[in-house]
Amino acid sequence: MEIITADFFQRALAGGLLIGLTAPLIGIFLVLRRLSMIGDTLAHVTIAGVALGFLTGVYPIGMGIIFAVLASFAIEKLRKAYKGYAELSIAVIMAGGVALASLFFTLGMGYNNDVVGYLFGSIYTLDMTDLYVVGAVTVLVAVTVFIFFKELFLLSFEEDAAAVSGLPVKLLNMIITVMTALVISTAIKIVGALLVSALLTIPAACSLIIARSFKQSVVFSVIIAEIAVVAGLVIAGVWNLAPGATIVLLLIAMLILTLVGKRGFTT
Amino acid sequence: MTSLTRVIGEACHQHIIELNQVSFAYQDQQVISGLNLVVKERDFVGIIGSNGAGKTTLLKMIVGLLRPTHGEIMLFGQPVRSFRDWERIGYVPQKNAFNPLFPATVQEVVLSGLYSNKKIFKRVHQEDRRKLAEAMEVMHISDLASKRIGQLSGGQQQRVFLARALINQPDLLILDEPTVGIDAQTQADFFDLIFHMHAHHQMTFLMVSHDIEMIEGKLGKEPRDTYGSIKFYARHSHEQDCVIPGLQHSIL
Repeated sequence: MEIITADFFQRALAGGLLIGLTAPLIGIFLVLRRLSMIGDTLAHVTIAGVALGFLTGVYPIGMGIIFAVLASFAIEKLRKAYKGYAELSIAVIMAGGVALASLFFTLGMGYNNDVVGYLFGSIYTLDMTDLYVVGAVTVLVAVTVFIFFKELFLLSFEEDAAAVSGLPVKLLNMIITVMTALVISTAIKIVGALLVSALLTIPAACSLIIARSFKQSVVFSVIIAEIAVVAGLVIAGVWNLAPGATIVLLLIAMLILTLVGKRGFTT
Repeated sequence: MTSLTRVIGEACHQHIIELNQVSFAYQDQQVISGLNLVVKERDFVGIIGSNGAGKTTLLKMIVGLLRPTHGEIMLFGQPVRSFRDWERIGYVPQKNAFNPLFPATVQEVVLSGLYSNKKIFKRVHQEDRRKLAEAMEVMHISDLASKRIGQLSGGQQQRVFLARALINQPDLLILDEPTVGIDAQTQADFFDLIFHMHAHHQMTFLMVSHDIEMIEGKLGKEPRDTYGSIKFYARHSHEQDCVIPGLQHSIL
């Protein structure tokens, strides 16, 4: 149990709590706008950025953020070029991200171990710089969602109605996309690129079933994510399991419980 | 007397929507070319047309969702591009425009009618809550306020969207195939409600519909205008109502 008081574990917990707030906060809007897969795509592109960061000696998460933001703009562009086949843009960018990442991997053979940490998460290696970056992103995302909450609601519910109300739909879409890129690129060190979309989508998936209103569904998804993060980290710490994987499996367990519980209520 | 008549005429026949030589091409395919349309104050204009005739494109251009490749569109005398008074327009979407699993309550949806460009950075306050209660009251959905929108019947959902469109007391109501997928009786009730509103309120209506019988029944068998396979039907609300409030008695 003494692991819980260790510095590295406290940093992990702090980072986890911050991501446990931002990931579902953005995730709920992505799920409702049917963009669940965008998380995976941006995560893969971020890995390419991280790998390049190691290769060139630049702060990996910083490079990951740049890659993710650029990729998010590229997805928006492609979405417009292939209207009606929007998922094509996601597939193309995902393939591009993986290709770039493996290219950079093979160029910098010696760094592979570090990069693997970003694939599966290495929350225990979180340093203070990482925490400051995650903290800054959290403040930015939380404030933005708070300020534009009602506009983002209308945009997610019905984009046409948002446009007819004179809302800056393009700008709001851009805000969501850029914030998604920020959240994912900072979250991958915590749960890993391969698992990050779980933290975005599963809390939303649970709250869609139990929430009675939109506000509730946002609050519920944050609570669910935070429970999974804290419980997951403690369980993983005590039993020496992979933290990212433990968090995600807990989330899936909570989703199953929600589905079963809901069925229990309705029949 | 003549000057007075002219003033009344102008007040009554303000152009709410005006399209001048509007064309639209989607990639290489010309959907609409050289279309002219004028919707005057208190008109009820019904648009009928087969699938792919350009009805939806037309509607999207009018509300600024699509930009015409040529020509000009004016709303309340201002070009759509620089139009800012969006709270003057109420919009009722197609029934299937949203996902039934979306976790929004009736009151959240109705209230969203207030979220215009002028409301950004502003919180929802007491006056907004009063408007919300009133809009729900008028549409008889107050008792459904905290139900999730997906739990309602098609007819109830339509009243929710109508309440949302009316919450700002708009001057122009735009309806995009509002009754698709709703049973016949509920459709009939809905149209009665819409036409009752047209007869008794100072509102202009633009409605896209596939229901020729209903449109002909309400607006007359002769289309005012046709464009390709799109037909425009129109009715103006009673001419004697068409006066500046307060001047009515001095004229009669």
